[in-house]
This record gives sequence, structure tokens and C-alpha cells, in this order.
Amino acid sequence: MSAVVAEHDHDHHDHGPAGGIKRWIVTTNHKDIGTLYLVFALAMFFVGGAMAMVIRAELFEPGMQFVQPQFFNSMTTMHALVMVFGAVMPAFVGLANWMIPMMIGAPDMALPRLNNMSFWMLVAGISLLASTLVMEGGAPASGWTLYPPLVLQTGKALPFAIFSVHLLGISSIMGAINIIATVFNMRAPAMTLMKMPLFVWTWLITAFLLIAIMPVFAGAVTMLLTDKFFETSFFDAAGGGDPVLYQHIFWFFGHPEVYVMILPTFGVASTIIPVFARKPLFGYSSMVYATASIAFLSFIVWAHHMFLVGMPMAGELYFMYATMLIAIPTGVKVFNWTATMWKGSLTFETPMLFSIAFVVLFTMGGFTGLMMAIAPADFQYHDTYFIVAHFHYTLVPASIFILMAAGYFWLPKWTGHMYNEKIGKLHFWLSAVSVNILFFPQHFLGLAGMPRRIPDYAVQFADWNMISSIGGFIFGASQLLFLYIVVDTIKGGTGEKVTDEVWEDASKHGLEWTLPSPPPYHTFTTPPTAIPTEHF
Amino acid sequence: MTDSVNKKNTKLVRALFVVAAGMFGFGYALVPLYDVLCDITGLNGKFKGEVAEEIQYPIDDKRDVDVEFITTLNESTPMIFRAETKKLKIHPGKYYTVNFYAENKTDKILVTQAIPSFSPGAVAEYFKKIECFCFTKQVFKPRENKLMPVRFVVNPALPETYKTITLAYTFFDNTETSVK
Repeated sequence: MSAVVAEHDHDHHDHGPAGGIKRWIVTTNHKDIGTLYLVFALAMFFVGGAMAMVIRAELFEPGMQFVQPQFFNSMTTMHALVMVFGAVMPAFVGLANWMIPMMIGAPDMALPRLNNMSFWMLVAGISLLASTLVMEGGAPASGWTLYPPLVLQTGKALPFAIFSVHLLGISSIMGAINIIATVFNMRAPAMTLMKMPLFVWTWLITAFLLIAIMPVFAGAVTMLLTDKFFETSFFDAAGGGDPVLYQHIFWFFGHPEVYVMILPTFGVASTIIPVFARKPLFGYSSMVYATASIAFLSFIVWAHHMFLVGMPMAGELYFMYATMLIAIPTGVKVFNWTATMWKGSLTFETPMLFSIAFVVLFTMGGFTGLMMAIAPADFQYHDTYFIVAHFHYTLVPASIFILMAAGYFWLPKWTGHMYNEKIGKLHFWLSAVSVNILFFPQHFLGLAGMPRRIPDYAVQFADWNMISSIGGFIFGASQLLFLYIVVDTIKGGTGEKVTDEVWEDASKHGLEWTLPSPPPYHTFTTPPTAIPTEHF
Repeated sequence: MTDSVNKKNTKLVRALFVVAAGMFGFGYALVPLYDVLCDITGLNGKFKGEVAEEIQYPIDDKRDVDVEFITTLNESTPMIFRAETKKLKIHPGKYYTVNFYAENKTDKILVTQAIPSFSPGAVAEYFKKIECFCFTKQVFKPRENKLMPVRFVVNPALPETYKTITLAYTFFDNTETSVK
């Protein structure tokens, strides 16, 4: 992408980017940092994906094939940590960096230097995490939840994994603070809060979630660290502690954390669908309130991850009903997206295809979530492949699909080149079909009783596992098409000249489409006076 | 950026960092909060480490409650540990003594701690122990074996719904942390 911005250097004789590699290291430009985040996230998507391929290869047949059980467990753990903290979260931060200033008419993020620092701390954190793979005793293998006492049996890797969580946490907190400051203080005067695009709204709420939860997680892992090395007994029953306490603290962080990954997804979907439906978004303000409600509810439902660890009946009932309540604001959102498409002049370009698939498949993931919210039923689903199927439906064909959609949607804006629509559609159909071959059978496996996080299984699970693995391999391979398209588009794509608004009438939907494609290195140095109001 | 925006940013960022630091503290505040909640609700049958006084309760002869004893060793604690009485029918209000047997299988000194846990958790507050090896650390000389009594009473205020109480003891090897 460097070539793209370089073309525009001559417009800005004084404040152009630094030359060569130094530009990327010292940059404080929101577009450069956005690009860094997105490229890093894409790389981690393939690293985490490669780990998933190891898992699916081992599970292709019953029996032990390729890896040792300990390494298998490291793979499930690292796959989760890399995908959550290395791929999905940074990808959304990248989108926020690129798009939020352009969407609210700001010249840059509020704290450009902090912005650079949070990116490089992310790289440091993930590198530290990755280094545990080659350590004595192997990478953490306790699952991404890092439950004690199991996690305390990790070898030399434990303190490294914990410090990595600290770095990732600090990076996220700084990123979140930056986003809040940008949204509150940097908006163009005409951009009132209730005129902000939904992507900005969802990110603002997500940023508050991050500030509230990342420090709690950092605290929990610090307690693990002191339990292991400094003889505290937070979670050690022998010293009067309680391992269940860790689960409460972890899920106090963990439940809002999964919404950190889904709320910006909602924001992007609410941005893309109206453009291709050629209608304003249905129920703008209800979308804002629904997002805020989901964020609030996420703090008071954590123990639904713990229905089996022992709770008084009243606790089980409370967490069950509170969890089911989340279906209401989420239902409002799904209704609004559907209503936006209703009687619209729909066209099905790749970003729209991914967005529609998101609405359908995310709803399925939501319904299985509702099933597990029912405490007595959850006794059967708990820690089986059913939960694996559930959260992968809410993450892969939801967050990941929407990130793909965002890529296709904004790449022409970022680069000034059109991507190859034919390959894009091929990527979509391969992904949409294979993701279901991959994850749908896991529902059956879970209901039949296959536990999660095991490298070997009873033979009655063989058939569905093989089908799931085949789906996994197709899905994994299909993503290489996306990589190809991204590289190809940066290099010039189809050669078709894209207009400023790229998509028909997109300039009615957001400020970013009023800028040239690609946008110059510095945009909105003077705030825009008129803002599009089509998203009402 | 104008100065006024800079000023606003500084103020907001400071406040947000304070919130983040506060949430780090909140994570730690959850530890005592959890203990308090466990005390109130009897969650997890959490051990309070209290030695009960031997006071006289009215004995409820008409009611039988089954008390089961379970013993576990944590990880690789090198011991033999069993309850001499596996199951007992008791009357609430009456005092009983049961014995547990423990043996050090090594040629080294073992410092251990037994942690009790009740199931269902809510009975913990009705189960009063006058004497228990779990009140203190237990030190075993090489190959030493001990017969350890537990004297207890179940408060007759125990709700009628509880017919069976399971008391589980887990022995933890604390030798390393104690030696330091």
C-alpha cells in the first residue's frame, strides 16, 4: 500500500510520510497505523489458521496421527489466543484507525503517538506469545481460559504467556482510550453523536468495554503469576484460595470480551448493508440503544459459562434469565438489518454477499447460544463440541466474514483500485459453503457427547469429524484467495478506475466516500461542513 | 489540533487511564468480595477454618441424616489417605467422632494441608467441627502414619430437605512452600 500513499506526497510538501521502512516504524498517521494493524491481523489470521489446520488434521480420523496430545492442546490454546488477540481484535482496531477519523471528519486520531505505541506493543505481545511455542514444556496448553490449577502446570512458558497478556492488554487499553478521545473530541462540528455512523458508535461502546475488562484480566493473570512464583494463594485451595474464583474473574472479563469482537462486527454490517440495499439503515437509534444494552448486559451474565461448577439455584436461574435477555437487543439488530434489505434495490457485490451470510449464520450462532443459556440444558452441552460449534458460528461466519466484507468494501477506497469481483465471489461461495461443512457437523458431535479439547475420540464420532475436517481444509485453502485479492488490489487490481464514492450513491452514506480514492495522506485538515444523513 | 482540543484530550485521557487503573484494582477487589459472597450464600461449601465450641444442642432422634466421607490426594501428594468410616447415619444435635488414616509414603518430611469441601454447599454452616486435622498443617515424619479424629455435630437447624451430606477432604502437599 506504500505506493498508493506515495503518489500523493507531492500534495503535502511538508508533512509527507518518512521514507522507506522507517515510515512504518515511526508513523503516527492514522491511515498508516490502520494499514499496519490490518496487515498484522491478516498475517495472524493465517498463523492462527495454520494451527486450526493442525487441529483438524489430527481429528480427521480417530487415534493419534500427527502430533502429541500436549502439543495438540497447545494448538487449541494458541489458536484461540492468536485469533482473538492477534487477528480479530487488531483487525477491528485497524478498521477503526482507518475509518473513524474519515467517518467523523477528523484529521487524525486524537493521540497519534499513543496510537503508534499501542500497535508496537501488540507486536511485542504476540511475539512473546509465539516464543512460548519453542520453550521447554511447550506453549500453554490449558485452553485460552487459562484455568488454574491446570495452567500452573505450564512449563517455562507460563510467565511469558502472562506478560504477553499484559502487553496485549495495555495495547488494547491504549487503543480504546484513543478511540474514545477521538470520538468525543475530534468530530466535525456538524457530526453530533446521534449522526455518527454506526461503525463509530459500536466502536465507542466497545472501547468502553475494553477499558473496563482488560485490566481485570490483567489482574487475574497477575494473580496466577504470584500464585506460581510468589507463594500467594488466590486460587490455591491448600492456602485457602479457590480455583473457582479464577473462573468468576476470568468470565467477568471473558464475556464482555466476546462482545468486543462482535459489536464492531455489527457496526460494519450496519454500514455495508444500507449501501447495497440503496436504502437508509432501518432503525438507526434502536441500533445504538441495542448496542449499548448488549454491552451493559454483557457485564452481568458471566456465570453462564460456569453452570456446572456449582452455584445456588437462585444463581443458576438469575444467570439463565439474564443471558436470555441478550437475545432481545440482538433480535432488534437482526430485524433491523432484514428490514433495511426489505424492498431495497439490492445488488450482490462481494461485500454484500458476506454481509448477508453474516446475518443468516450469526443468527444461527445466536440461537445455539440461547440453547446453552438454558441452565438445565447446558448440563448436556457444557464443554462439548456443541459449544465449539456455537462460538465458531458467532466468530467465523460473523466476525471474520464481516472483516472480509469490510476488506472488499473499503479496499477500493484505500487503494484507489478495484478488486477482482469474480475471484471475490468465488472466495465468498467457497467460504460460505465450507464454513458450514466445517462447523455444522460439530453441533451433532457435541450433542452426541464429544468433549472439546481432545486429540483423540471414540470411533462413533469418526464420520462427522472427517466431514468437519474436509470443510476445514477447504475453508483454510479458500482464504488464500483473499490474500491474493488483497495483494492484487494493492498492485492495481482490475485496472478499473474507481470513483470517489466507489459504490453507487455511497457518498450519501458516509463522509469517507466524499474523499478521493485513494484518500490523500492527510484528510479533513479542515472539518467538513455538510455531512451525509442517509444513514438515518 | 487546536490547544483547546489538546486540553480536552489530556483531561479525558487522564480520566480514562484512572478508570483502567481502577478496574485493575477491581479485579483484586473481587477476591474479598467473593469470600463475602461465599460466606453469605454458602457457595461452594467453602472452608472457613473455624473451630466450633462444644455446645449442647437438642438431639433430634426422629431424624436420620447420612454423612459420607470422601478422601482425595491433590496431584501427586505421596500419601495414603482414607476415611476409616465411609458412611454414617447420624441424628442432628448429637456428637460423633470418626477417624481418618494418613501415611507418608516417602523418606522425607511432608508438610501437608487438608482442605474440606461440603456437598451440598449450603450445609457447610450447619456442620460444626470441634476437632479436625484440617484446622492446622499436618507434618509427617518419614514413613509416619497417623490416625486422625474428626469430632463434629450437625446443627438441628439443618433444613429438612438435606438428607445426605458429603464431606470431602483433599490433602495438598505444602512441603516446598513451607520449607522456604
